Amino acid sequence: MIPELGHFALILALTLAIVQATVPLAGSFTGNRSWMAISRPLAYGQFTFVVIAFICLLQAFLTSDFSVAYVAENSNTLLPTVYKVSALWGAHEGSLLLWATLLGAWGAAVATFSHNLPQQVVSRVLAVMGMIGIGFLLFMLLTSNPFGRIFPAPPQGRDLNPLLQDPGLAVHPPMLYMGYVGFSVAFAFAIAALMGGKLDAAWARWSRPWTTVAWCFLTIGIALGSWWSYYELGWGGWWFWDPVENASFMPWLVGTALIHSLAVTEKRAAFKSWTVLLALFAFSLSLLGTFLVRSGVLTSVHAFATDPARGTFILAFLCVVIGGSLALYAWRAPQVSTGGGFDLLSRESFLLANNLLLTLFAALVLLGTLAPLIYEAMDWGKISVGFPWFNTMFLGLMPFLALLMGVGQLSRWKHDDTQRLTRELRIAFILSCILAVVAALPMFSDDHWYVPLGIGLAGWLVFSHLTGLRDHLKNKKGPAAWLADLRGGGRSYYAMLLAHLGVAVFIIGITMVSNFGIEEDIRMSPGATKTVAGYRFQFDGVTSTTGPNYQAQQGRVLVFRGDKQIAVLKPQKRKYVASRQVMTEAAINAGLRRDLYVSLGEAVGDHGDWAVRIYYKPYVRWIWLGGLLMALGGVLALTDRRYRTRAAGKPAKLPPALAAARS
Amino acid sequence: MKARHKRLIFVAVAVAGVGVAASLAISALRSNIAYFFTPSQVLAHEAPNQRVFRLGGLVEKGSLNRKHDGLTVTFTVTDMVKSMQVSYTGILPDLFGEGQGVVTKGRMGNDGVFYADEVLAKHDASYMPPEVASGLKTAQAKGMTKGISKMAESK
Repeated sequence: MIPELGHFALILALTLAIVQATVPLAGSFTGNRSWMAISRPLAYGQFTFVVIAFICLLQAFLTSDFSVAYVAENSNTLLPTVYKVSALWGAHEGSLLLWATLLGAWGAAVATFSHNLPQQVVSRVLAVMGMIGIGFLLFMLLTSNPFGRIFPAPPQGRDLNPLLQDPGLAVHPPMLYMGYVGFSVAFAFAIAALMGGKLDAAWARWSRPWTTVAWCFLTIGIALGSWWSYYELGWGGWWFWDPVENASFMPWLVGTALIHSLAVTEKRAAFKSWTVLLALFAFSLSLLGTFLVRSGVLTSVHAFATDPARGTFILAFLCVVIGGSLALYAWRAPQVSTGGGFDLLSRESFLLANNLLLTLFAALVLLGTLAPLIYEAMDWGKISVGFPWFNTMFLGLMPFLALLMGVGQLSRWKHDDTQRLTRELRIAFILSCILAVVAALPMFSDDHWYVPLGIGLAGWLVFSHLTGLRDHLKNKKGPAAWLADLRGGGRSYYAMLLAHLGVAVFIIGITMVSNFGIEEDIRMSPGATKTVAGYRFQFDGVTSTTGPNYQAQQGRVLVFRGDKQIAVLKPQKRKYVASRQVMTEAAINAGLRRDLYVSLGEAVGDHGDWAVRIYYKPYVRWIWLGGLLMALGGVLALTDRRYRTRAAGKPAKLPPALAAARS
Repeated sequence: MKARHKRLIFVAVAVAGVGVAASLAISALRSNIAYFFTPSQVLAHEAPNQRVFRLGGLVEKGSLNRKHDGLTVTFTVTDMVKSMQVSYTGILPDLFGEGQGVVTKGRMGNDGVFYADEVLAKHDASYMPPEVASGLKTAQAKGMTKGISKMAESK
């Protein structure tokens, strides 16, 4: 009964979404205020019904109702409760429901925190979000119903994929989806602005906090995913350029370009058309990512054929969203007035250059991700693109990006002169060159020439931003003035500093771990030792143990530094009861300066020998720390006073984006 | 006029930069792609000799052998028509198993053995790499007549 209730709630949500997408929109063009006014209640209604559907499915999982096909395929009575919850979004149908729920939540948030916006804008934004809602709800109801029943109900479920039974992965998809779906708000604002033909600084200011919130979630989601694959896949990689990862990275790159471009549009009224285009692309790539990953088309074009209904729907939906929005753009964008002019040497130029680099990189990642599909469709053979290619692209573009970041943050809007910039940045440049030269010394670099490059760039980012900070504080003498600055409008400046510092930290992390990481796969007998990077690993053999829904072989590895024992690592090889699937569970001794990582391969011979992986991963945490700092920068930017007080004459409500972040 | 010139310069630089980057990227892509072949195709000399490619099929039952160093393994990959020896040093993925689909990446050795430096197995146990599935199908369709004649011979 309850699953049918959930199904019915989805249908009701779809009905409301259809009204939400049409009536307020019509009202916004005819000026019918009551038609426009229903957009908010409809958004709340749609949210309520998808939440009801969500709770119904959750209930089916918690009570292990295996008469629901989706539950039977992805859960098991032995599954710990936490993972029964996260199993909800462990596969295709449920993750679509999560998408729709989050979309409803964002819609409700827009409805709540938009009271200082013109009614016309709100109704158009919510109408566009309603249209996206229609797409997702229809897709679910027509092709991927999570509430479908099977008869007779199996006595036991097939269990959640063991890889997904992990706290990191329980929160990763919701975070990522919050980011993906959040870009729908930026998208909706852009479409609404195009409809009205009014792209101005106000539009940029409205959509900026929403975009930043979405970007923060996406950043954290990606960092979590990277961290998860590092410890859960058992071989210590933190990024594989896997299509699934690329699908989240492309919207992030374009989203990063978007938040910078929005800043220009808000402050200087320039780049309007470009900003709109980025907003359209950020969301289109989010959609493409969700679908590509979920439809399985990336593993093969033939995956489409296994479920033609899904494939056709996805293609049609993508065509409508991308084609429709681009057509609207082509029709409206030429009428957009060009904003404030700027010189070749100005902050606008640097931001534009960085924007180009980011979008170019996103385009390359897209090319690399889709190349196997293109080759297969063209009958050129079945190929895979090796991750060295992606690494080369990253290494080719990243240095320019970092160099420009250092100059851009210091340069002036509209016009700057070469002499001032060179004078200001001279010291930072010399210092980072010295740092690079020192890092190039054989005793530090070990003849990896990427080391001086990475360290030099990180140094350049830090020193140039410190120069910028000195410039910023020039007229703010004393701690009182500084505090006032931090409390007031200067907060977004410090947010930028924090996020850019995150980039420097990230660069140090990848430089160190890629050049100095040590990976050893060896055969070890009980009692044998192996020294890696000055740490002595002693293998004490393997014993059996059991978990709630698996049996495991647990190794014991003592780690010594000199004579002192610093850690006992217990890597496991698990065999899950229901799925009979084998999983490697790595054991990690984590630290800010290095991780020691041990995982079990397989038993070798009859004397208790095992193939063991021993990894030394210097500064690997800095990669995720960098991501975290970037996201924190975004959160700090949201608290900037600008978003609270600009509500022209009206009393300030809660800072919209901040409140949205809390909800 | 002057501002216009400057903007033109910016656009020209940007277009040139993007163009150069894109062409470099595409040429790099060509040298970084690895084609997929089945044992039948490799034995018919369709696969490149000097380049990295991917070889896929089923791991033949009972073919997994471990060398005495404990880390080098050899196994036979088959498309049910032809088979090939594969050698790999390292730890096999969790989902590797005899009788299951596998995709390996590496080069041909002069001894006719495929030296893999990567063995891929997907997250899902019931998953059959799509290349393997379609490779098996075509190999079987092509080899059907041969297979039948072979069966006749063995009888």
